[in-house]
Amino acid sequence: MSRISDTFTRLKGEGRAALMPYITAGHPTLPATEALLFALEESGADMIELGIPYSDPLADGPTVQRAGQIALQNGATIPRIHAMMRRVREQGLSIPVLYMVYYNCVFRHGEERFLDEAAASGIDGLIIPDLPLEEAEEVEGLAAERGLDLVYLLAPTSTPERIAEAGRRSRGFIYCVSLTGVTGARDRLSAAIEPMLRRIREATSLPLAVGFGISRPEHAAAVAKLADGVIVGSALVERIDEAPDETEAVNRAAAYIRSLRLAVDQARFRSANVG
Amino acid sequence: MAKAQTQAAYFGEFGGQFVPEVLMPALTELERAYLEAKDDPAFQRELAEHLAEYSGRATPLYRADRLTGYVGGATIYLKREDLNHTGSHKINNTLGQILLARRMGKQRIIAETGAGQHGVATATVCARFGLECVVYMGEEDTRRQALNVFRMELLGARVHPVTSGTRTLKDATNEAIRDWVANVQNTHYIIGSVVGPHPYPTMVRDFQSVIGKEAREQILAKTGRLPDAVVACVGGGSNAMGIFHAFIPDEAVALYGVEAAGEGLDTDRHAASISRGTKGILHGAKSYILQDADGQIQGAHSISAGLDYPGVGPEHSYLKDSGRATYVAVTDDEALQAFIDLSRLEGIIPALESAHAVAYGMKLAKELGPQAQIIINISGRGDKDVAEVAAVLERKGVVL
Repeated sequence: MSRISDTFTRLKGEGRAALMPYITAGHPTLPATEALLFALEESGADMIELGIPYSDPLADGPTVQRAGQIALQNGATIPRIHAMMRRVREQGLSIPVLYMVYYNCVFRHGEERFLDEAAASGIDGLIIPDLPLEEAEEVEGLAAERGLDLVYLLAPTSTPERIAEAGRRSRGFIYCVSLTGVTGARDRLSAAIEPMLRRIREATSLPLAVGFGISRPEHAAAVAKLADGVIVGSALVERIDEAPDETEAVNRAAAYIRSLRLAVDQARFRSANVG
Repeated sequence: MAKAQTQAAYFGEFGGQFVPEVLMPALTELERAYLEAKDDPAFQRELAEHLAEYSGRATPLYRADRLTGYVGGATIYLKREDLNHTGSHKINNTLGQILLARRMGKQRIIAETGAGQHGVATATVCARFGLECVVYMGEEDTRRQALNVFRMELLGARVHPVTSGTRTLKDATNEAIRDWVANVQNTHYIIGSVVGPHPYPTMVRDFQSVIGKEAREQILAKTGRLPDAVVACVGGGSNAMGIFHAFIPDEAVALYGVEAAGEGLDTDRHAASISRGTKGILHGAKSYILQDADGQIQGAHSISAGLDYPGVGPEHSYLKDSGRATYVAVTDDEALQAFIDLSRLEGIIPALESAHAVAYGMKLAKELGPQAQIIINISGRGDKDVAEVAAVLERKGVVL
């Protein structure tokens, strides 16, 4: 059992949904990311998705694109990101961390080398948004050998065959993309979530985490009632981006995660009482 | 599921489908629709009719006597894709894809464009068939190719300037893919080159292969023998794949792809993905690309907006590694000289993209000597480039 699976099992026992914030490594700087990782853990995150900045992020909207550009301008290279991860693990960051990484970064470093270094840096899993089932067999095997969970994504457009295959092959959880579109905060929660989760649930017993377009505490609360995990990215990145300095960025991120934590836990608590 | 699809999706180790999950069902649908259409005589008849009646095919294979005399080597033939409706080879593909989009019941069309030639060809067929059209174009390119922006708008398309990244073709393609991810149910994405995830590189090559089929028949009819070489410029590489394809089995015919060396291959301002790139993934396919040690895509540079792209179609990478085709590069200055030479010697103003093929074709003709004959693909006409060339010549202090 991986640390990611353990976390979902424990939360299930507690009747809680996992809260999984996303931040871009090196946005605005790597030292800020280091401080943010601890702040997210202390404010109630159950695991963290750490985005590796990429020049051409096809699955991302303007907020994450911009964060990536800033990180790259400020020198967030992959060796430096691995080194930062090793440091935060030495300093005691204990919750699971997954890399959200575009496949070219993995391919260019060499799949084995990238995965070796990720594992040695204390990474627990990988989400590769442009590596669909058809292309992932090799990475999947190499990741498993190193104890890394390769998390597959499913979308509202996924066919029953693809859902079944992701259910067999995904490790840790399944990343359910809430809408047909790119990442980014939306005013309203996608109506596609509930029917999609129902279809995926029928095919697999893996934990299901929902991401894309979740920005407000009430969105997080609504998703927590339906899924095992709630992923919040762009809305958090926006708060970090808008802060006047890095200390304030950490404070605002922490306050935002606390508000989401509360909403997620209360949603389950209320529905348990009502139900 | 994985095996059957991966094999057809690859040219050797190149190609594939590196896209978000949201798009995978759409690519499967597209592949199925394309394979059905390809084998449907009614579809092929309809396409042939539009190519003839609307675009004016077959395009001539023209013996360029004054250029041949000037170079003093092989006889040079020009395949006149510039004489297509809209002024370039791009319409061969947009006609094919719009007929396919209609078959699939899509109401909305999106496209990316660099120089604007593909955008114009897409806007044109959308006007012809009454479909909504959105074209993504890098902000930098909207400036360099303002005339084409106006042409697209005149044709009823909405041109969306892209301000992310390097603000050129690479980023326009990213933005078009993001639009497709969001609107995949009602939208067909007409990719303009032999790039992108499977089935695009195969499908676009097939639609462009009419160039080589015609050229092969024409040169046999005119001279009774095959050419010694075929030369075409390569950005993404659609005009080159189009003219190469019919000649691939003819092993005696040398195939030359000409990349943009920009300010020089040893500078960081070029667009020579095959000559100077490394293996990687860009826009859904594995191929040679320009990237740094971390896999970050690097900006390309070329005087020609249409070649200003840090990747290349996966089949070109395969032809390079298998040795069937040879890839060379031509600088901005050499292309500019060829642009002027062809204008002056033949009364044909080529697109700056095509001028790269002309520049290398002239060198090659000289090397091969008078017994040989070659075909240079004139992929488009140069009207769109006249203002840019005038500005560059003025900066250089060149008086014509």
